[in-house]
Amino acid sequence: MSTSATTRIVGAPVPRKEGIDKLVGRAQYVDDITREDLWHGATVRSTIPRGIIRSIAFDPRIEWSEFTIVTAADVPGNNHIQLIVADQPCLAEGRVNHCDEPILLLAHPDRHKLLEAADAVHIEYDPLPAILSIEESEKQREIILGEDNSIKSFALEKGDVDSVWARAAHIVEGEYRTGAQEHLYIENNGMIAEWSAEHGITVWGSLQCPYYVHKTLRSVFDLPDDKVRVIQTETGGAFGGKEDYPSTLASHAGLLAMKSGHPIKMIYDRMEDLAATTKRHPSRIRHRTAVDKDGKLLAMEINLAIDGGAYSTLSSTVLSRATLHACGPYVCPNIRVRARAWATNTVPYGAFRGFGAPQAIFAMERHMDEIAAATGLDPVGLRRRNFLHEGDRNATDQLMREPVILDDLLDRALKESDYYGKRVRYAQENPKSAVRRGMGIAAFYHGSGFTGSGELYLNSLAGVHVTPDRKVRVLVSNTEFGQGTNTILTQIAAEALGLDFSDVMMAPADTAQIPNSGPTVASRTSMVVGRLVERASLQLLALLREHAALADHPTRDEFFAACDRYRAAHGAVESLCRYEAPPGIYWDDATYHGEAYGAYAWAIYVAQVAVDTVTYSAEVEDFWAVQEVGRVLHPVLAKGQIEGGVAQGIGYALYEKVVLQNGHMANNQMTNYIIPTAADVPPIHVHFEQIPFRYGGFGAKGIGELPHDGPAPAILNAIRDAAGVAFNAIPLLPEDLFATLAAREPVEEPVAL
Amino acid sequence: MRGNAEAHELIAPGSLTAVLNLLATEPGVWTPIAGGTELMVAYAAGRLNATRLVSLWGLSELRVIRATDQHMSIGAGATFTDLRKSAIVSEEFPLLAQAASWIGSIANQTRATVGGNLVNGSPAADSSPALLAYDAGIELISARGSRRVPYSEFHTGYKRTVLAADELLYAIHLPRRFARHRQYLRKVGTRRAMAIAKVALAGTALIESGTIREVRLAAASLAPSPTRLYRTEEILLGRQITKETLRAARAAILAEALPIDDIRSTAAYRRRVAANLLQEFLFQLGGEEFRP
Amino acid sequence: MSACRSTIRMTINGQLCTVQAPPMKRLLDVLREDLRLTGTKEGCGEGECGSCSVRMNGELINSCLVPILQAEGASIQTVEGLASHGVLHPLQDAFLQLGGAQCGICTPGMLMAAAQLLENNPHPSMTEIREGLAGNLCRCTGFMRIFESVLAAATQTSEKALEQPHHAR
Repeated sequence: MSTSATTRIVGAPVPRKEGIDKLVGRAQYVDDITREDLWHGATVRSTIPRGIIRSIAFDPRIEWSEFTIVTAADVPGNNHIQLIVADQPCLAEGRVNHCDEPILLLAHPDRHKLLEAADAVHIEYDPLPAILSIEESEKQREIILGEDNSIKSFALEKGDVDSVWARAAHIVEGEYRTGAQEHLYIENNGMIAEWSAEHGITVWGSLQCPYYVHKTLRSVFDLPDDKVRVIQTETGGAFGGKEDYPSTLASHAGLLAMKSGHPIKMIYDRMEDLAATTKRHPSRIRHRTAVDKDGKLLAMEINLAIDGGAYSTLSSTVLSRATLHACGPYVCPNIRVRARAWATNTVPYGAFRGFGAPQAIFAMERHMDEIAAATGLDPVGLRRRNFLHEGDRNATDQLMREPVILDDLLDRALKESDYYGKRVRYAQENPKSAVRRGMGIAAFYHGSGFTGSGELYLNSLAGVHVTPDRKVRVLVSNTEFGQGTNTILTQIAAEALGLDFSDVMMAPADTAQIPNSGPTVASRTSMVVGRLVERASLQLLALLREHAALADHPTRDEFFAACDRYRAAHGAVESLCRYEAPPGIYWDDATYHGEAYGAYAWAIYVAQVAVDTVTYSAEVEDFWAVQEVGRVLHPVLAKGQIEGGVAQGIGYALYEKVVLQNGHMANNQMTNYIIPTAADVPPIHVHFEQIPFRYGGFGAKGIGELPHDGPAPAILNAIRDAAGVAFNAIPLLPEDLFATLAAREPVEEPVAL
Repeated sequence: MRGNAEAHELIAPGSLTAVLNLLATEPGVWTPIAGGTELMVAYAAGRLNATRLVSLWGLSELRVIRATDQHMSIGAGATFTDLRKSAIVSEEFPLLAQAASWIGSIANQTRATVGGNLVNGSPAADSSPALLAYDAGIELISARGSRRVPYSEFHTGYKRTVLAADELLYAIHLPRRFARHRQYLRKVGTRRAMAIAKVALAGTALIESGTIREVRLAAASLAPSPTRLYRTEEILLGRQITKETLRAARAAILAEALPIDDIRSTAAYRRRVAANLLQEFLFQLGGEEFRP
Repeated sequence: MSACRSTIRMTINGQLCTVQAPPMKRLLDVLREDLRLTGTKEGCGEGECGSCSVRMNGELINSCLVPILQAEGASIQTVEGLASHGVLHPLQDAFLQLGGAQCGICTPGMLMAAAQLLENNPHPSMTEIREGLAGNLCRCTGFMRIFESVLAAATQTSEKALEQPHHAR
């Protein structure tokens, strides 16, 4: 099998495929593109969180005849974004359910006139009471969605939880909260659209999932497949933030293009992007855990609630991943997870790297340290005692068929970080110092690919195509937005075909030219799509051997000569493969039992923090990330994924707070939404152990989301170690540390002088 | 980008005299713009009300740093990069050099001017606490002539200053008498760089035989404008640093600080951290033994 | 009211050019729209992210905060002017080899900040690199690959590259 073979290109640090274009300023992002007769589009949005639209008035100071105006009435097809449940209007109709909800669109050739005009559209509302938190939503005094404000719920049961409490040596309870988080891709959302009666709608934009956008456009414009074309432009960061939102923006730009007869460009500025687009789901997770006197987990009862915002969008799948990661990488015979996504009158929360797992893992791993404290056990020993191993079954009763090396990862992380040495040293130094240091750990796994039967439903198709000018093109709908899709998929094809890296390129991310190999999400590209590209490449070789007399170990020239022969005799040289589930997989959506994921990546993260008792601020001083992600396809890109995820996780834990005022993001500027800078990110030490996964592309498992899961709990555990106080909510800002730490200091009264 | 270039006029008369004559002829009509690190942000956000702007960028008369025996003078047009490069600033006024290094980022420091930082009048201005602690004087200039005010009297309220409609901030003068002073500055921002101060405290003090003979304390983000902490200074003046001094000083600053809750922090946090910073300064002045 | 257009002469990447633009038009927009030098990016429009960083008269500036009138007579270098005669600048080469660019949107500004840093200080310490790049936000890399790229471009010795933990102030 190829995964165990020595490889030439897979595993080598080849230069990023589109790297030079990015480095010389040649790469074309959507705002870099222009068109003849281009008009600009703008969006008029709701200013209240919930209400009935009473009237829309157009201020006569504006010459409205110069403008194209689009409302819900102009939508030719279905006025809904096609995600899991199509309940989110493309343009609000009659009522609004969150602030910054799009109501009306304007287009004009002059961008500045557009802004003035947008201010001159006066919308009056009859406000309705708004629900702005999980707590208000679950009270159900106002019903804002469905019958009970519930977007989705899951129940996961294993063993008999209720029988355990009476015989437990310890019962430990805790409540953990995580806040919203903004992706803060540096390139804002943007789209260009063109419409013609002949070709239908074409959009170019910053996006992750061309076929998601395609699906919505087909529905909004009521057009057949071949009259909708979606082209991804170079995309300046996404992190999940360009998974669902581009479907909305593409619809808006398309509607304006159709009505105005001009190409339309819509580029959000930072304030609009922050206020109006998706964020990570806030969560509230309650744990109740029974352990025996030696720290063995006996039962876990977990109540998990996430805030889904005003429409259901992707919340059900985020909730699913949260549910499936709620119990951590541990053996526990008795488990009950009750999970629910609640509707609120806020901008719908959406996909964000980790997709529910960071929330669930924060709670679980923070709780493990509270269990350790309650039982008097070492946090490391407690985890080790309960780790999953090969042959064990996890919360969904999935058998761990592959090697699980958590113990090895833990040993490595402890050694690299000098965890015990530092804990001893800090225990001595801290009492004498204004800066208190601590070490914290998190153990976790992250499922690669779509949940349960999701990959089967996706039914992905991917392949390779050889052009007459002797280039191999990888045919996938998976996109590059910094993670390295272009590079790793071309590495895989070049490796499998026995060609040079430079012989292989990506087909344009254009739905007119590529098959649907599924969305670029869920850490599925390397493992699932990579495997499809590998199979398609091997299938092509077999085809050429059979029909074009390809030799067994062909040279590059022999390969292309065989392609030429095949083309002359049979036509296009192309090989496509469809997804096939690994054998023995079963998943029951009703009971949430079975093989939740095809594979898991495993990790131990360690944070060293300093808590300054003068400023009540916590900083991460040093960070270790040790993981097993299957085969590492590209050592530099893989490191970059981990480091970037860790930095984003540090932001999630200590810096990034979405301040909502009456449902509107009040800090919607980069100066007030604080992410870590080059001066704030600590050294991040990345170590991989490699166990090739037989069903992943050249042995790869998922990697992209994993690093966002571990930092927050490791950091808050380290803060507990440093300060001796448990903090159970993120973001943990200095003001929050102050509120707790200062309360323990002597009371001082200001003295009037 | 919400600003519209067509809606604003910008001229660059090219000399200080020409700018002053313009301001004298049409006082209040023209808004001076130097490096643009404040006004251009408001412009991009669609919040720049000024429609007629006059550029001060590149006026050599304003971009000077020079010293006499008694004073160091910084032209209002000196950038924070200029301050960081100045040997005399880093040797004699290290707090100012430090403050300059905390302003935004390198790309902001090359454009942001000292004058702009003060005229903008933000309570969180990075250079203000240091300038107050160094007892800076301000020189204002207009076609009518020039006048001097102590910097401590320059700010008159939130984003308000003594600057008249036809006046420009010309220079900042620092007495060269702090070589023997103990000096302290700490900024507590939202992160290590590119941060606006939640609170900052600067202090200079002269200690003789264990007694505080002279002390200046100044803060950012504790009042509607950058502020000297006179009442806390009074408590400290003439005292030895004892446990009682520490307690009294903390009580004084807690009373004197008048911070607010805003999008970056809370009043309670700012007040307590200000007291902690003051205590940290006093520890450095000789109260080390009283550290808890 | 409408401001008249100014005629602005600048040297961009070594070439003299003249543009007619309203004096308050941002240098960023003149580069991108009038000169079609779209390598320089806009990330925030408020001088926070550094994506629009270019070098003007030998200093690093955010082009979103410079009205074009103030660039009259200036010499400006953008990312398009970093490589010369088809050869990558050592920083571009290091970023390519060591993973300094991921999504690429912060990269032009980051490269200009790094070029400025190395010009002022050919052998920066890690602390100096962190400070020099602190005005350029990157959301993809966590900065480690970028630091390594800058160190490599500066041909730092391996011992200097070993970084100390990030101690609290």
